[in-house]
Amino acid sequence: MKIIVPVKRVIDYNVKPRVKPDGSGVDLANVKMSMNPFDEIAVEEALRLREKGVATEVIAVSIGPDKAQETLRTALAMGADRAILVVAEDVEPLAVAKILAKVMDEEQPGLVILGKQAIDDDSNQTGQMLAALTGRPQGTFANTVNVSGDEVHVAREVDGGLQTVALKMPAIITTDLRLNEPRYASLPNIMKAKSKPLAQKTPADYGVDVSPRLKTLKVVEPPVRSAGIKVADVDALVAKLKEIGVAA
Amino acid sequence: MSESENIAEIRRAVQALCADFPGAYWREKDSTRAYPGEFVDALTKAGFLAALIPEVYGGSGLALSDAAIIMEEIQASGCNGASAHAQMYIMNTLLKYGSEEQKQEYLPRIATGELRLQAFGVSEPTSGTDTLSLRTVAVRDGNEYVINGQKLWTSRAEYSDLMLLLARTTPRESVTSKTEGLSVFLIDMRKVVGNGMTIKPIRTMMNHSTTEIFFDDMRIPASALVGEEGKGFRYILSGMNAERILIAAECIGDAKWFIKKASDYASERNVFGRAIGQNQGVQFPIARCYAQMCAAELMVHHAARVFDTGGNPGAEANMAKLLASEASWAAADMCVQTHGGFGFAEEYDVERKFREARLYTVAPISTNLILSYLAEHVLGLPRSY
Repeated sequence: MKIIVPVKRVIDYNVKPRVKPDGSGVDLANVKMSMNPFDEIAVEEALRLREKGVATEVIAVSIGPDKAQETLRTALAMGADRAILVVAEDVEPLAVAKILAKVMDEEQPGLVILGKQAIDDDSNQTGQMLAALTGRPQGTFANTVNVSGDEVHVAREVDGGLQTVALKMPAIITTDLRLNEPRYASLPNIMKAKSKPLAQKTPADYGVDVSPRLKTLKVVEPPVRSAGIKVADVDALVAKLKEIGVAA
Repeated sequence: MSESENIAEIRRAVQALCADFPGAYWREKDSTRAYPGEFVDALTKAGFLAALIPEVYGGSGLALSDAAIIMEEIQASGCNGASAHAQMYIMNTLLKYGSEEQKQEYLPRIATGELRLQAFGVSEPTSGTDTLSLRTVAVRDGNEYVINGQKLWTSRAEYSDLMLLLARTTPRESVTSKTEGLSVFLIDMRKVVGNGMTIKPIRTMMNHSTTEIFFDDMRIPASALVGEEGKGFRYILSGMNAERILIAAECIGDAKWFIKKASDYASERNVFGRAIGQNQGVQFPIARCYAQMCAAELMVHHAARVFDTGGNPGAEANMAKLLASEASWAAADMCVQTHGGFGFAEEYDVERKFREARLYTVAPISTNLILSYLAEHVLGLPRSY
């Protein structure tokens, strides 16, 4: 069984984003970029399934700029078997899902494991759209994943607890934070990654139109937090909380 | 400088690992003078400390220049590779001069992390740089050597399983050439601690786990000898070049950390209604340190290339260490100055890195000794000592 893991190159989670002066987006010049953390969890889960003997091949796919090659190299260095880069800039979730649907057609995977969302635009749409486009079942916000026979059981993080769903494969899974702790890319795997295949494609190869359908009106920085006040004692604290209406 | 995709991936992987060991981790270790065992284990598990071990023994068989990138990136990420760097440079002596049996016995287990090779016993109370006058003696007795003497500044000995030891096997008066008569031993410390070997920790101004070690009729198997008896000094020398190059690379990493920390702070800290980095009095020292670091970095790369292509990098390794340690120390000083009072507050990590960076114009060889080496061996001036 093959597993496809889409990975996205995003602004590193440690970097404090700066909005461009014209409000058209976030400034990415000379900013450290990394693999979306939820996608790292997806790669890790796929590798674990391969190590258990459930899967035979893990294919990392990225739709993004040329530089997304680095992100794919990281996936290969973690242990993925091969990679596909579809070169395109600023692609919206729907177009990403359409390309992934075509990759699924070609590769016939048993599972597609995606991060639940990318930490740059927080869309949280691609997995769901891919399930809809392909007519395959989805297990979103996965906390645990177990494959048995032609089914995969996904415990989902929902309000108030976990909900376990059984999905017929091929199925789409999106990862939540607690699914696993991703491994570090190891030096021996970095060396092996050199000789692993990385295929370069374009959206046209898949016949997908990636032109944007959404229009960004403006991007602004979050409001600056105003300074707090000091209170003398607990009574003063309670009185203040009542005054501003957060305690009765 | 454009680097291969491979090197870039090594950098990214080391950064990702180091991100899990943030300032708070190192501050905690520093305040209790504790060994960063979790960090060393993570580095080992990801295979970084086995970079120089050939693939047949379970390592990655990389060149010293690659190992230098790993050490640089550890320091640039705010971590402290001094807890583990010895494994990289000690390896060199074992790889070049160890017997096939010794390599088979130890290298695979060092690669997996089962064994740590982190202790290098050379310096003594009465012989630091003057290695040839060392007094620790090893006397052959049947199938064993009996060792007596003392070592000083042997770092990480409490956290290492193996030690590479330099000891005198032929009295100084009986050798034909003064560089003869010393031998190298690879010692399994687990068998001799408390049984001829006593380790005493020395507290220092930074968290460096250094010790002094006493040998009292310590018996080790004759098979612990590396290479031929009496040729040890020569074996150690090539390891010392590797050590200088790797430590120079660490200094470059430190300098990069200080420069980034200072630039970030100068961009964010507002005084009199604007970022302090807008003042040339603040930005020029940062820019100067950057230029100094870049120049030293080129020397480090050059020295590593000479080493990797089989040349004798004696002068280059020394110059790389000299220039890089001075660049890192200048950047450390600049970083404190840029931060003002905050540079002294522990939570900024600047004071800790400042203390750690101070070591490298002194160890593993002091700046003066490098200058006298260059004067004598490169410029042909009279020997000064």
